[in-house]
Amino acid sequence: MRAPRLEQVQGEVSAEHPAVGGARYGPGMTPTTSPRSREDHPVVAEGLVKRYGAVTALDGLDLAVPRGSVLGVLGPNGAGKTTAVRVLTTLLRPDAGRAVVAGVDVLADPAGVRRRIGVSGQYAAVDEQLTGTENLRMVGDLYHLGRGPSRARARELLERFSLTEAADRPVKTYSGGMRRRLDLAGALVAEPEVLFLDEPTTGLDPRSRLGMWEVISELVSGGTTLLLTTQYLEEADRLADSIAVIDTGRVIAEGTADQLKAQIGGERVELTVGRDADVATAREALHRAGAEDVSVDERARSLSAPVTGGTAALVAVLGALRETDAEVLDAGVRRPTLDDVFLTLTGRAAEDDAPDDGGTGGEAGGETSDAGGRGRRGRHRREGEAR
Amino acid sequence: MSSSTSASRTTAEADGRRSSGRPSPSPGGGLGQALGDGWTIAKRNLIRIKRVPDLLVGSIVSPIMFVLLFAYVFGGAITLPGADGSIPDPRAYREFLIAGIFAQTVIFGATITGSGMAQDLKTGIIDRFRSLPMAPSAVLVGRTTADVVNNVLTVVIMTLTGLLVGWRITTSVGEAVLGYLVLLFFAYCVSWIMAYLGLLVRTPEVFNNVTFIVIFPLTFIANTFVPLETFPTVLRVFAEWNPVSSVTQAARELFGNLQPGAPDPTAWPLQNPVLYSVLWGVVMLVVFVPLTVRQYQRAAAR
Ligand SMILES: Nc1ncnc2c1ncn2[C@@H]1O[C@H](COP(=O)(O)OP(=O)(O)OP(=O)(O)O)[C@@H](O)[C@H]1O
Ligand SMILES: [Mg+2]
Repeated sequence: MRAPRLEQVQGEVSAEHPAVGGARYGPGMTPTTSPRSREDHPVVAEGLVKRYGAVTALDGLDLAVPRGSVLGVLGPNGAGKTTAVRVLTTLLRPDAGRAVVAGVDVLADPAGVRRRIGVSGQYAAVDEQLTGTENLRMVGDLYHLGRGPSRARARELLERFSLTEAADRPVKTYSGGMRRRLDLAGALVAEPEVLFLDEPTTGLDPRSRLGMWEVISELVSGGTTLLLTTQYLEEADRLADSIAVIDTGRVIAEGTADQLKAQIGGERVELTVGRDADVATAREALHRAGAEDVSVDERARSLSAPVTGGTAALVAVLGALRETDAEVLDAGVRRPTLDDVFLTLTGRAAEDDAPDDGGTGGEAGGETSDAGGRGRRGRHRREGEAR
Repeated sequence: MSSSTSASRTTAEADGRRSSGRPSPSPGGGLGQALGDGWTIAKRNLIRIKRVPDLLVGSIVSPIMFVLLFAYVFGGAITLPGADGSIPDPRAYREFLIAGIFAQTVIFGATITGSGMAQDLKTGIIDRFRSLPMAPSAVLVGRTTADVVNNVLTVVIMTLTGLLVGWRITTSVGEAVLGYLVLLFFAYCVSWIMAYLGLLVRTPEVFNNVTFIVIFPLTFIANTFVPLETFPTVLRVFAEWNPVSSVTQAARELFGNLQPGAPDPTAWPLQNPVLYSVLWGVVMLVVFVPLTVRQYQRAAAR
């Protein structure tokens, strides 16, 4: 039922707007240069400004999400992600600028926007005392689905989010991940054509995060237009078609994950060897595996070189090293982190003022795998085992 | 204008395509839908009352405690004018007292609305509500309605306790029902003010402190627990025009609890207690329903 619909939607879009629907944002093409007509961009924000006293939360923010695609809004704490989502979902009036969501002006007809969107905010907005079923039925009733469909939809969503067993328990007995899933289910009750998710995986353990990613990927493959905020480059990389990096309320970079990575230097293979003599051998092996521009830290006996192809490059390097007698203590692929993005784009590190968020520390530290070829698997599996 | 029409047409088509065989939200609107949404929220709050019995226990136990404390601790010391000379008559005082306790308790019951609103703002559920295509008044209508149910339960408990200590309704069923209606209507109107305050202060704890400070004097500088004749002049004038007094007076009249031989009230509000109480209620609604709905939209948009 879902898949055919998706093809239909995307097929139509690409037929009408081959540039947008087909290539999405191809190399060298950024959303800023593509047309932002209401028909092919269900989310358009122009020059949004929101001030809180002396703090400027949004400082002329421009965003556009093409129909059926996913925009990842990436930024550190306080960048303005939540503020942007709240403006786009009619919860907050901007001081300046305009926004059109699902073809409807956010300021002129907020009720019209609300009928067409689903929102899952940064903090799960569910009623603790109500059960999962009661929460979803209430949302269905408030969308005016009618009694029967509202109940059926609640059952269906609980099933889809693996909450059937907990369906009749008050939400206060749910774990953080379960609450988050229930909140997301609430956003999907009316099958909205545009969906907003504000940091859907912050605070989730690796397994729940993977589960949430799967759910979101599935949703997106159903043709929903999605705006997703995150502090994790990996998450944007995995889920988004294009990424807008924001800082202090402004978009500071925009493009596909690959474009951004290219801009900040991409992946590096890192090696640490056991003996001083091994350093030269390792450098040799890196060259043979195609890695140029090797930088060496003699004292730490560690080497690092930019590569393309991530894991494959690592395997090639390790293959080359196996033919030598070098003692490899550590080897891995280091991928650019949000910190790298910020260092490159703003010349300063992403400030980390959310001590309650356990995930951020690991993120900022970068990622280096354990020794051996089994360190990092495909780029899409990596996140789950990273923490 | 034309571009927005074409945009909404496209969206409508997209809707139709996406939700074939699926429920789709009806555009709707109007009073019927606002009431429906209000009822949905009321159901939610009633479930909460059931699941979190602490509140209910509070609003049941405190009136029982009040009835017993006043009736048996102070009752012997308080002399009613017109009651037989200097000899205190505890039975007459209990008769006098119950309506006052009714009034005080339903007004305190109305504060639950405010702490509930503050609580909802704090937990973020209001964000969910505000992102849904529901009537902006629904959260408030639903909340205040559910709190009336809470107050009805409280009134039943108090009635039973009253009967236990010897209080009786001596009028017709119609008058008695009218008496209860005045109490509940007045409390309902107060609950809109409480909702407004709850949205203003945003913290349940602060709200509770604020209302305690305001409501205690309001319900004590009145004819609730002692006859007005004993008050110094300034307080007495305040008490005569205090709607809590008129609500109490209305209940006393309609339950047939006026003391035989007590002097007739000289102030207009107490001569026309039902009218005066209802007037106050209407004014509170006219002022605070729009004010509170606006504050709701504002508070949630911060
Ligand atoms: N209600 C408010 N009152 C005052 N300042 C606010 C308010 N809401 C947000 N801000 C400020 O606006 C800025 C942007 O906040 P916002 O919540 O949008 O950031 P964010 O990107 O979502 O951050 P996080 O990753 O921590 O969720 C911050 O500096 C914040 O302090
Ligand atoms: Mg945020």
